[in-house]
Amino acid sequence: MSKPAASLRSEKGIVDSWTTVKEFFEHFRKQSFAYPYVLWMALFVVIPIILVAVYALTNADGKFTFDNFSGMIDYVPVFGRSLWLAFLATVVSLLIGYPVALAISRMSPKTQRILIMLIMLPMWINFLLRTYAWMSILENTGLINRFFASIGVFDWINSLHAADANYTPITHFQLINTNGAVVLGMVYNYLPFMILPIQSVIVKIDPFVIEAAEDLGADSATVFRKVIFPLSLSGVISGITMVFVPAVSTFVISKLLSNGTVMLLGDLIEMQFTGAAYNPHLGSAISLIMMVIVIICMSVMNRFGEGEEQAVMM
Amino acid sequence: MAKELIRLENCRKEFDGEVVLDSINLTIKDKEFLTLLGPSGCGKTTTLRIIGGFLKTDSGKVLFDGVTINDVPPHKRKINTVFQKYALFTHLNVFENIAFGLRIQRPRLSEQEITQRVHEALELVALKGYEKRTVSQLSGGQQQRVAIARAVINKPQVLLLDEPLGALDLKLRKDMQRELKQIQKQVGITFIYVTHDQEEALTMSDTVVVMNKGEIQQIGTPLDIYNEPKNAFVADFIGESNIIDGVMVSDNTVKMYGRNFQCLDKGFAPNEPVDVVVRPEDIDIVPVSQGQITGTVTEVTFKGMQYDIIVDFQGFKWLIQTTDHSPVGAKIGVKIDPDGFHIMKKSEYSGLYGDYSSYSAEYDELSADPEGGGQEDE
Repeated sequence: MSKPAASLRSEKGIVDSWTTVKEFFEHFRKQSFAYPYVLWMALFVVIPIILVAVYALTNADGKFTFDNFSGMIDYVPVFGRSLWLAFLATVVSLLIGYPVALAISRMSPKTQRILIMLIMLPMWINFLLRTYAWMSILENTGLINRFFASIGVFDWINSLHAADANYTPITHFQLINTNGAVVLGMVYNYLPFMILPIQSVIVKIDPFVIEAAEDLGADSATVFRKVIFPLSLSGVISGITMVFVPAVSTFVISKLLSNGTVMLLGDLIEMQFTGAAYNPHLGSAISLIMMVIVIICMSVMNRFGEGEEQAVMM
Repeated sequence: MAKELIRLENCRKEFDGEVVLDSINLTIKDKEFLTLLGPSGCGKTTTLRIIGGFLKTDSGKVLFDGVTINDVPPHKRKINTVFQKYALFTHLNVFENIAFGLRIQRPRLSEQEITQRVHEALELVALKGYEKRTVSQLSGGQQQRVAIARAVINKPQVLLLDEPLGALDLKLRKDMQRELKQIQKQVGITFIYVTHDQEEALTMSDTVVVMNKGEIQQIGTPLDIYNEPKNAFVADFIGESNIIDGVMVSDNTVKMYGRNFQCLDKGFAPNEPVDVVVRPEDIDIVPVSQGQITGTVTEVTFKGMQYDIIVDFQGFKWLIQTTDHSPVGAKIGVKIDPDGFHIMKKSEYSGLYGDYSSYSAEYDELSADPEGGGQEDE
């Protein structure tokens, strides 16, 4: 009885090692699909980050130094402004985007598809072009100011101060070259990134879960507060990430809509590489700090969504 | 049990021009276990959703305790629901799921009262110690229990259950059937239960409402429904039935296969054509010489407790359940006692059911769960 059992075992052993070999190749074959991407990441993400770190820690002579970081103190206001404006843009995007996402997700699937397409539509037009369009709208002689002039708003305001000798008559509202214009540009450009992830999460909420809440005595406000919003949190976190990160690092929007008067981190970094202030070592150091700040912000955000599916990191 | 609690008067519902409910009239008594039974698309879930307030009738009235509640939204009805796929709150743990109905009450309840009542509910469904678990850590049966605890915590007068056991495996389903009945007795409220499983309906209910094509076919106790089915549809849907064309010669005498049989039914017109129901377990197999009629065995299936045999009587195939083995091809005689016959008036369902020519052993399993307990009626 023991002998056949032993031979059976050895036979089984062969079969086992065969499947292991097969599995190994199978595994290898499946994994190999990822290699181009891994290579891409290594070449264009990992190595550049290392280079940035190296630049940040050296001076023009190639000597190791911390000077780039100690010089950073001068730029604290820029850091503050960047974070503040990106924060404002994110809050405004959330306040506008969430109700839109909620409204869309309650429509019929067909209407939803059309509305989502309409939201994506502006993204098919070049980013620069769209921002230039805002310039011509917000300029001192732009569409809005011309409209106000044509209906006599400025004349009316000036007439109120007619008695004041020191008063200089106004010809326009200062719209462009303000913090507001930059935030507007950010919201306009990044709003779809807030709406889409939230909508896609709300749409997936089981309608029976909402019925269950109503069944247990929740009116529609309570259903929203205690069920829909908590269940859509992962979408909100994705949306916040996808708006905040590009907003904090943008330089085109601030450049075009503030003509350099509102300097953000992106502008500062750009200046170190292409401008007259050419200093790639300082630029790298600023980039590195910005990266760290963004990572900290995102991990704090992700804590709120713990237990839910994790939001995208970057 | 006597007091009337819910009444549906001529309730009618259409979806996209298709009639889903056709003037339903139904009275539900207080503390009753009532089951809406029928195949997919018969309108049973629609009826339940109308009672719950999730759907509005196109016409007709819904009364609760004598008051019309057609326009009362679900959150203002003293009715709670156990949903088909549990519909638990995945962002909350077991404790908070059950406490949901208490937490939203105004004026606020004290934390102490909430904790106490949640613990009572957990005890009721035998889930003590699971407070901190997340919903995803629970098995299907446990999720079901949480759903029940969550629904009874508000002390509703009526609990609606929409195929609550549909997603559970057979063994667990049987256990839960017994337990649900127990819970119903313990909390002492009306249960309105929707299922397509006739055995479940017979086991648990005080009253069974058999529905088909948006109409109520029969209302009665499980015993009535089984023993005195009103038409061929009910006879076939509840248990197994051989349904044969016959003629009521006179009171207590029915003629089929050209032969008169003694039966207990009366009150039909002389020579009125009728449907004759003979349950497979009411048929005795006897030697050919002693048989009232004789036939040939064409199929034998071993079912554990009994054999299911298919017998050909002059081209019409019967199902007989017997503990005696008869081989395929054997000639046998059968004997049916007078109380084995049940006579029904002809209906739109006559001739559609009760012939076992296409019988297969898997028939039970297939008909028990036509679409994996999925959505229906919508």
